Amino acid sequence: MTQVLKITDLHKRFGDLEVLKGIDLTMQKGDVVSLIGSSGSGKTTVLRCINLLEDFERGTVEIAGEAIGYRHDGRKRRRLPERQIARQRAMTGMTFQQFNLFPHMTALGNVMLGLLKTQKKPKEEARSIAESWLERVGMASRKDHYPGQLSGGQQQRVAIARAIAMNPQLMLFDEVTSALDPELVTEVLAVVRDLAADGMTMLIVTHEMRFARDVSSRVVFMHEGRIHEEGPPDELFGAPKTERLQGFLARSEF
Amino acid sequence: MNFTLFFADLWTARMNLLNGLGQTVLISVGSVFLGTLLGVAVGLALTYGHWLLRFVVRIYTDFLRGTPVFVLILACFYILSVVGIDLSAFEAGVLALTLFCSSHVGEIVRGALSAISKGQTEAAKSIGLTFRQSFVYVLMPQALRQILPTWVNTATEIVKASTLLSIIGVVEFLLATQQVISRTYLSLEFYLFAGVVYFLVNFAIEQAGRFVERRIAIPN
Ligand SMILES: Nc1ncnc2c1ncn2[C@@H]1O[C@H](COP(=O)(O)OP(=O)(O)OP(=O)(O)O)[C@@H](O)[C@H]1O
Ligand SMILES: [Mg+2]
Repeated sequence: MTQVLKITDLHKRFGDLEVLKGIDLTMQKGDVVSLIGSSGSGKTTVLRCINLLEDFERGTVEIAGEAIGYRHDGRKRRRLPERQIARQRAMTGMTFQQFNLFPHMTALGNVMLGLLKTQKKPKEEARSIAESWLERVGMASRKDHYPGQLSGGQQQRVAIARAIAMNPQLMLFDEVTSALDPELVTEVLAVVRDLAADGMTMLIVTHEMRFARDVSSRVVFMHEGRIHEEGPPDELFGAPKTERLQGFLARSEF
Repeated sequence: MNFTLFFADLWTARMNLLNGLGQTVLISVGSVFLGTLLGVAVGLALTYGHWLLRFVVRIYTDFLRGTPVFVLILACFYILSVVGIDLSAFEAGVLALTLFCSSHVGEIVRGALSAISKGQTEAAKSIGLTFRQSFVYVLMPQALRQILPTWVNTATEIVKASTLLSIIGVVEFLLATQQVISRTYLSLEFYLFAGVVYFLVNFAIEQAGRFVERRIAIPN
């Protein structure tokens, strides 16, 4: 088994507020891990640290064995130069609650941008990769549409294609469906399920408990910046050990 | 109004007036071009600069935007010569308008960049783009669309403000017109004529702006 992600003792604070108080998490290739927990528990922050969208003060994050974001010179800890950071960011693919598609580019243009500029692929190759991923998320017929011409669900599917077309080692999904109307949730979850079935390594933050239970190989429950419980979905949902998780599940919808 | 006489005099003075119009165009194009280059730098400094740089540039823009263009022109013409920088009236005028333009463009650029949601930069980062790449391919194309209408408006303001250069003796279109009036005494006719010409110039600029705007609009 190859280790894809290894987080050790991750600490993160926003000013006086300590948001992550020592997170340890490892993922092997093909793992699908759902991160659950109440609002403000730090789930998004974990993903953003892995994608280096946030600095963190303590701990290490390794992706495929490479420590990301920081380098240690003896006792000093330094942030890596911008170019390195950019390369390391592309090792993980991220989707956002608000999709964040580039509004001035077509769906195809959105998916091609990273292939062209980060991976420096020739245009024809980038186009064919982008087209096959758009096909995969069911957006082939809309590839020339601009984000403003697409529904939320369609935009999120394009955003997933944009991230995964970069061939990342690990996909990070931050509440892919929380900004969507109920009738659009299914189509997006179907895409995520399909990718999971295909062996993609994924870390999913979600409030959709039923989905988490179905799709995950492991579920991690966070509370106030710590991991309180983790295990196979049937154990976590079927027989929660901690009182916190019991309480959280009682308050969640299935 | 005496139209026969006016047209006869207009014909006689045509070269002087055309030269004046040429100066107006040259002053305006030059100031808008230089002012935009400088203004983009100002906007970038205001958006991404170190706090000290931001502070200094903020004073620069606020000072320039709070000063009447007229005063700027006089300052560039008279004060600079006192400290030993000898500029021609034309150069001093273009300098003043360039500074004026840069402060406005700087503010427009800053506004447009800060109006783009943080999610855009983050999405660009997450696919591995460097800061420079995300600026070139993601932020600037969006900012430019946002900037265009206000920028066109600034350009028309510069055309209007270029008339103030007549005060320091630059023979641009207004002063050329006034010189014709002092020979012909047809003040009403020629001032009206000048007004129409300025209107047409600015109308053309605005129409060109609208045309480009339509061409680059994002479909939705
Ligand atoms: N940029 C920021 N500046 C200051 N505080 C922040 C910032 N981002 C997040 N926080 C705080 O950090 C804590 C954790 O936020 P985070 O977004 O990681 O929670 P979450 O588990 O994803 O919650 P939700 O389920 O609501 O998305 C919250 O208290 C939040 O207010
Ligand atoms: Mg969140």
